[in-house]
This record gives sequence, structure tokens and C-alpha cells, in this order.
Amino acid sequence: MSGSAITVSAVDATGEAGERSVRELMLGTWRGRFGVGVLGLFCFLAVFGSLVAPDDPFASSLDVMAPPSAEHLLGTTEQGSDVFSQLLVGARVSIVVGFAAALISALLGSAVGLASGYFGGWTDRILDALENWFLVIPTLPLMIVLARLLDPSLTVLIVVIGLTSWAGTGRIVRAQVLTLRERAFVERARALGASDTYIIRTHILPNTAPLIFANTVLIVAVAILSEAALSFLGLGDPTRISWGTMLENAFESGAPSAEAWWYVIPPGLCITMLVLAVALIGFLFEEHINPRLRDQR
Amino acid sequence: MSGRWLAGKVAAALVTLAFVLVFNFFLFRVMGDPTTQLARLPQSTPEEIEKLRADYGLDKSVVGQFADYVGDTLRLDLGISQRTRERVWDEIATAMPWTLLLVGTGTLLATLIGSWLGVIAATRRGQKADDGLLGFSLFTYAAPEYWIGIILILVFAVWIPVLPAGQQVTPGVEFSSFFAEALDVAEHLILPATAMTLMLLGQYFLIMRSSMVDVLTEDFITVKRAIGLPWDRVVRSHAVPNALLPLVTLSAIQFGGVVAGAITIETIFSWPGLGELTFTAINDKDFPVLQGTFLIFSVGVIVANLLADCLYFALDPRVQSK
Repeated sequence: MSGSAITVSAVDATGEAGERSVRELMLGTWRGRFGVGVLGLFCFLAVFGSLVAPDDPFASSLDVMAPPSAEHLLGTTEQGSDVFSQLLVGARVSIVVGFAAALISALLGSAVGLASGYFGGWTDRILDALENWFLVIPTLPLMIVLARLLDPSLTVLIVVIGLTSWAGTGRIVRAQVLTLRERAFVERARALGASDTYIIRTHILPNTAPLIFANTVLIVAVAILSEAALSFLGLGDPTRISWGTMLENAFESGAPSAEAWWYVIPPGLCITMLVLAVALIGFLFEEHINPRLRDQR
Repeated sequence: MSGRWLAGKVAAALVTLAFVLVFNFFLFRVMGDPTTQLARLPQSTPEEIEKLRADYGLDKSVVGQFADYVGDTLRLDLGISQRTRERVWDEIATAMPWTLLLVGTGTLLATLIGSWLGVIAATRRGQKADDGLLGFSLFTYAAPEYWIGIILILVFAVWIPVLPAGQQVTPGVEFSSFFAEALDVAEHLILPATAMTLMLLGQYFLIMRSSMVDVLTEDFITVKRAIGLPWDRVVRSHAVPNALLPLVTLSAIQFGGVVAGAITIETIFSWPGLGELTFTAINDKDFPVLQGTFLIFSVGVIVANLLADCLYFALDPRVQSK
């Protein structure tokens, strides 16, 4: 996964140990092991899910809403499709949307936070107002409105979630940049005639990166939940299977009253496990950067 | 200087509100130009489209349209639902009390139970009860609230059919008294309110727990214990009241989440509030209704934030003396 390179540099920048410490952080506690294990499994499924799936997830049959059997490990849907196969394939949408939306959110949040913290003045005032607005406005209705106006697709989901979830990152980055800007090494660089881009690249960004990284991991969790909620509300990509759309189909076809627990429970459980895994990893990074959080436990 | 602090908060709320109006206007006029939808009607001639544009005021300049929009909104004229042909404001006004009932019950229960569990965990820090509660709150954070709702229906309305699976009253029943009807509504409220409570519980629990952990290490607690007060009383009369303040701030942050929960949970339980109104508007591409509910949700969150600020102001003497 491409994330590992970022991980290493992020931890390096905190001035503590390098790669070994990341491994210890992730594998030394049960929380880390659970997080890495579950995330790893779902990432594997995101890539190979359609190859591993025992059945064509789209194939319909007359065997409708059938309970688990040897042929269908987790029963069938209202279309007679294999629930287990849909579950394996569904990992892709959650992982792709979760990480891609979080990436957009991280880029936007860092850019806005850097600009408003570093340049101050009117730039700060305007960007800060914008940030405030996004923080106050209820996110799900905003996402619903945007997604509905744009006709649902995977790209629309990613962009809409990314565009609406960066404000928290912006706030954190801004605060960090404000303290960094006044530090001696930055002032020294400025006195020596270094340009803004140079100072941001060599001093500000490396010292903000760990914070951005930990925060972004937590945004991934939020983005996965957002994708599931939007898909559940009928705003998902109609050409793809996701756990959210599975729940939507199950609910719309009356699976709860048909006692089709095999159709209702697994998709939600997968969302929960993945979000839990990502959040636990995020919390560990947060604690690593800010050990005071650990003392609270 | 205390008045200035409050005036600043009110001003900020008004600015946010103005932003919402501008945003809402541009989003729906520019991205969702009604004429593109009108032009989709096969029988519409160019003349008819022109007439409709005039009816909608779309032939005016953008500034003129915006002025119209703000004026209409302030008069609570939010347009006409494309699906039901009713006034959007009327639909919102009918739905609002149901959302307030659900959201109010959920928030109240979550605050009470969450802070109670927070105190339990903080006073048993590191013990089994604490670990269990932390795990439980993590689970409720990660589990989608609508999925919890579906499971509640599966268990308590299908497997053990003791509670209604949806809607707000039993349809087609003539109630002998207001009390009988209220009882029926209460019965219908149990499952959706439980889903709402479970969704919000974790955050209140975590905040109360960490706030209590902080307070319990402070000197005045040690002193109270040293003078021989029983531990129960130290917790109840001295630690808890001091630890409650952060909960107020949290309620403000939570409002966005409450709105999201209202949308999905009401959808699951066919609860006739603003969330279900939003859901049907999504499916029918009913943009006036979508625009209206987005506005109401935003206004609700802004007002609730302001109220939380005022409450915080009233409760914390340190803010007032600044």
C-alpha cells in the first residue's frame, strides 16, 4: 500500500524513532493488530474481491431471499444473488471512496490551513470564515444536495465527500502553523532571506505532516461512513455494489420483515469492522503524536 | 465586556446564515437550473418555457433573482413541492414537530445515560467495566445508526413482535382520548429513539469520562477525601457538577450528527419528520423540497449552536468575566 511511505516520514518528522516504531505502534497492542489485520483483509478484498468471490455478485436466480446454505454461505438477495459474493466485492467501493475522499480532504484542508495560518491577515480571515461555515453546516444534508444535483457515480461520491469534510483538518493545520510560524528556526530562515515556498516546504510542512496524516486516517473512517449513508439513501453509484447499497436493497425489499438476517446483518457488520479498524489506527497515530492523549486512557 | 462576547456569537451566526442563503441560491439556481428540468418535458414549446421562466422569475438578472429569493425565504415562501404540489413550508411545518420529538428524546436520553456511564467508567478507570464501556462506545461510533435501526426492527418487531416497526401512530385507529393517542405514539417512538440514543451515546460517554478523569485528579477532590467525606459523596456532589461543562460544548458539535441521524433513522422507521421528507425528495428529485429541508437543517444547527453558546455563557463564570 502506498500509505506506508507516508507513515514512515510522518513518524520521522516527529523526531522520534523511524520505521521500527511504526511497527511497534501497530503490532504492539491489540488495537493496532486488530486495525491492521482488518484493514489489510478489506484492502485485499478491494483488489481481489471479484476474483475470490464464489459467485457472480450480479447474477440473479429464482432462489430468492434464501437462508444460508452450502451453496450460498450467506444466503441470497431479493434478486437471488449470492450475498457473500456481494459482500466481498462491496469492499472495493468503501476502500476506494474512503481513501480517495480523505486524500482530497487532506489536500484541501492542508492547503487552506497552511495559507490561512502562514499568511494571516485577510487571507486568514476569509479562509477562516469559509472553514467555520463548513464546520457548522450539517454535512450529510450538504452531501445529499450536492450528490443529487450531480447524478450519482463513484467520482461524484468521492468529490462530494472530499469537498465537505476538510474543514476540521484545516482548523488543526492552521493552529499548528500559527505556532510554527513564530518559532526561532522559521524566523532565522526568514531573516536569511528564504522565500515563503522554501520555508513552507522545508520547515512548516514537515512539522505539520504527522498531524495531517493522523487526522486524515480518521477522515477515512468518516468518509467510509458517509459513502455508506449516501449509498443507503439511494445516492450511490448504481452500477457498483457497495455495503451501503446492499443495505438499501435489503431494506427496500423488506428483508427485515422477511427475517432475512443473513442479508441485513453482514453488510452493516463489514462497515462497522472497517470503520473500527481505521479509527483504531487513527487513534494510535494521534496518541503517538500527542502522548498526553494516552495518559487519559 | 460580557455583552460583546455574546453579540459576537450572534453576529457570527447571522453571517453563517447569510452564507447559507447565498449558497442555497447559487447551488439550486446555477447547478440545478429549473428550466433544464422544464425543457425535459416533451410537450413543452419554446414559448411555454419562456412563460415558465417568467413565472419563476428566471428572466430577471441574477441579483434580482437573489433578492426575490431572500424575500421569499424570509416570508417562508419556499416554493412548491414538485411531487405533491403542496407548499414546501407547509410540508416542513407538518414534519418538524415529529423530528423535534425524535431528536429531543434521543438527545435527552443520550445525555443522561452517556454521562451516567461516563461517571461509572471514570471512577473505575482501567477496570473491566471501564474497558467494556470504552469498547461499546467505539462500536456505536463505528456502526451506522440506520443499520442498528434495522437490527432493532428485526429483533423487536419481527422476531419478538412486541413493538411497531414503523410510522408514528397505528394507522386507522380512532383514539378514545388524547392520552390513548399519546401512549400509542410513545410506543412507536421507542425503537427510533433507541437507535438515536445509541448513535449519540458514545460521544457523551467519552466526553463525560475524560472530563471526570481530569476533575478527579484535581486538588480539591483530594482535599474533600482527606477531610473524610465518603467517596460516593465526593463524586456526586463535587466531581460530577464540575465535570458537566464540556457536555454543553459537545451538544453543540453533535447537532450536525443529530441531523444526519434524523435523516437515516426516520427513513428506516417511516417516521414522518424532516428526515423522511428529505429521503422522499431525494428519490423523486424534488429540488424545492430538498432545498427547503437543507435550509431548515442549516438554520436548526446554527440556532442550536447559538443556544449552546448562550448556555455555556450562563454556566461558566470564567467566560463572563473575560
